[in-house]
Amino acid sequence: MKKLFGSLLLALLLLPCGAGIALGGEELGGTLAKIKKDGVIIVGHRESSVPFSYYDSAQNVVGYAQDYSKLIVEAVKKKLGVSELTVKLVPITSQNRIPLLANGTYDFECGSTTNNLERQQQVAFSNTFFIIGTRLLVHKDSKITDFSDLKGRRVVVTAGTTSEKLLFLMNDRDKMNVQIISTPTHGDSFRSLESGRAEAFFLDDVLLAGERSRARNPSDWVIVGTPQSYEAYGCMLRKDDPQFKALVDETIASAQLSGLAESSYEQWFKKPIPPRGAIMNFDLSEAMKDLLRNPNDKAFQ
Amino acid sequence: MHWGLFFEQAPFGGVQYYQWLLRGFAVTVELSVCAWVVAFLAGSVFGIMRTLPHRAFRAAGGFYVAVFRNIPLIAQFFVWYLVVPELLPGSLGRDLKAMDPEIQFFILAVACLGLFTGGRICEQVRSGIQAQSRGQLSAGLALGLTLPQCYRHVIMPNAYRIIMPPMTSEILNMIKNSAVASTIGVIDLSAQANRLLEYSARPYESFIAITLAYVTLNFTVMFLMRLLERKIRVPGSTGGRHV
Repeated sequence: MKKLFGSLLLALLLLPCGAGIALGGEELGGTLAKIKKDGVIIVGHRESSVPFSYYDSAQNVVGYAQDYSKLIVEAVKKKLGVSELTVKLVPITSQNRIPLLANGTYDFECGSTTNNLERQQQVAFSNTFFIIGTRLLVHKDSKITDFSDLKGRRVVVTAGTTSEKLLFLMNDRDKMNVQIISTPTHGDSFRSLESGRAEAFFLDDVLLAGERSRARNPSDWVIVGTPQSYEAYGCMLRKDDPQFKALVDETIASAQLSGLAESSYEQWFKKPIPPRGAIMNFDLSEAMKDLLRNPNDKAFQ
Repeated sequence: MHWGLFFEQAPFGGVQYYQWLLRGFAVTVELSVCAWVVAFLAGSVFGIMRTLPHRAFRAAGGFYVAVFRNIPLIAQFFVWYLVVPELLPGSLGRDLKAMDPEIQFFILAVACLGLFTGGRICEQVRSGIQAQSRGQLSAGLALGLTLPQCYRHVIMPNAYRIIMPPMTSEILNMIKNSAVASTIGVIDLSAQANRLLEYSARPYESFIAITLAYVTLNFTVMFLMRLLERKIRVPGSTGGRHV
């Protein structure tokens, strides 16, 4: 065991020596060197993060975040000066995405991973490609237009979410007397709302739009209220790999500044999407418009 | 292991983590007591019906047992939670859903857990009645007692004594089953443990704590039931000492 550990350590120490390959004056390191050496780029993706990264009816990985993944693969090809690069797709989950990235199972992922300071201890994040705000889903005839209208109402949240914590805190702080229902899944929460048990559903706006697109009458439900918190979704990369991060950041920034990102947004958030032609009907938020004008990799918390 | 966890400040509510568990414990006790009242009443009524000479009563008792004993508890919880409010006549369902969720879910859980356990108590009551010799009833009737009087003064006092031990197990089962109520939003002991786990990311401490809480509750019930059993048993029958 000790011997094995020793040789692993040795290999790790020697790795940077072998990995540096000269290319037009610039020394390739980290992930780019690995891709060059193997001739393979391994892209992590989600299986059901609609509409970011998920399977369509033909089991292809599609989505708004997947569009960015494709752009990044193209940029890597260009950077390495190769015309053919084998692209391997690896499905990941919220639980395994960080360990699998760190141990080299995949090279990067664009899905629905929040860039926060805690995760930055373990991994790096690219420029932000999506910003969510926590808001309310209510019936279109309800009198609720913002959080101040929640006094004495029944509000549903999904257990363990940021919104649950925020709602309890808000309730304590402002003495709002909100009756809080906590359910295990977003689907359960939406059913509470749809059946009339809850009068509002407090969650990330894009997830609310996703639940709404599955409703019996999607047009009955509206997303309202001032966002109570923001989260930034970024592509996740290995830590301490400035060369690869610069390439990914540049790719995302140019897509956002050129209008490419906005047309991808139109496709995934305004039009019918696979597999069943549901429509998210989710407008660009103010925070998103701002992001498309000023690409950045800032975490909100 | 980090046992100081329970005295750390919870992320909301302005309390410490152990107070979450205490509130959950209180809800579990309240739910168990209320559900037991329902179970005991329903079980007794339908259990007696299953032994009556009239066919209609027997059929009704049989139907009750068949329905509530043969459907998994979690499915029954979801029926009470999702289906029953939609089936209630008039605006009753809407009124129910507009109640304070804490009270609403508690009422639904009491009904569900109580009637489910009642189905099992019903069979125990029936076996307690049928375990007695038929001569008891005949003798009662021959003395000029009416059928209800026979049940009240001759059969039931002995039936309840006979079924004390299995009934104790049933109460313990019911307390454990009450954890399923957390699936419909009752914030009981197990729901609080899950919440504790979500916010502290400490599974060992959370679940060891609720294991101890359930065991303590059940040991207390077991102890009290044993005292009661000793107090009411008839000398010469069901474990009572002969004199």
